[in-house]
Amino acid sequence: MYCVITAEPIDALEIMRRVRSDADGAVVLFAGVVRDHDAGRPVAGLRYEAYGAMAARKLTDICQSALSQFEVSDIAVAHRVGDLAVGEISVAIAVAAPHRDAAYQASREVIERLKREVPIWKRERYVDGEEAWLEGTVIHPPESS
Amino acid sequence: MLRVKCLFFAAYREILGTEELELRLPRGSRLAELVELVRSQPGAEALPASLVAAVNYEYALADTVLADGDEVAFIPPVAGG
Repeated sequence: MYCVITAEPIDALEIMRRVRSDADGAVVLFAGVVRDHDAGRPVAGLRYEAYGAMAARKLTDICQSALSQFEVSDIAVAHRVGDLAVGEISVAIAVAAPHRDAAYQASREVIERLKREVPIWKRERYVDGEEAWLEGTVIHPPESS
Repeated sequence: MLRVKCLFFAAYREILGTEELELRLPRGSRLAELVELVRSQPGAEALPASLVAAVNYEYALADTVLADGDEVAFIPPVAGG
């Protein structure tokens, strides 16, 4: 298992190579990328900020839980922080499994929980020069603790 | 007294104009009391009605008892991915 918050550009294939083994028939690689618009407004780029120490722990908890819930061999996640341009990878998730169904399910579980639970924030820089923190998901402590 | 390190991220950091505050509370204080202390800081009236906090990297409920040296982070709604 490999879970990091990084200021360096993410190499998705490197994340994938971290999980693949000869016993696995499937590797699902998900990449979240910066798109050029949000709610109809042209976006020039994003800035991600994280509570690094807690974000890495939460990611590790989420991956551990997915490893025990699904028939998968290994999971690797990298989430970027700092300034990103359109087209850059913000998050990469690689899941290796003997069979593809479990790999797809675990990959989906990890990204959905990451978006709901991991302390990361996103500031959009618009083409017109304005900037704004994106509306996020409110945490519900009793469910998450 | 106990000393607690408070961290503020993203929009909350901008509202309070600081990313870190060391606050002092009576021994036995709970998270709810710390939240009230944070709300008495300059600019804090712009914080939302409901605040979520993590104590030592775990999301915590308002009745969590604080200890000297705890790290309490105020977590705006999250938007990773």
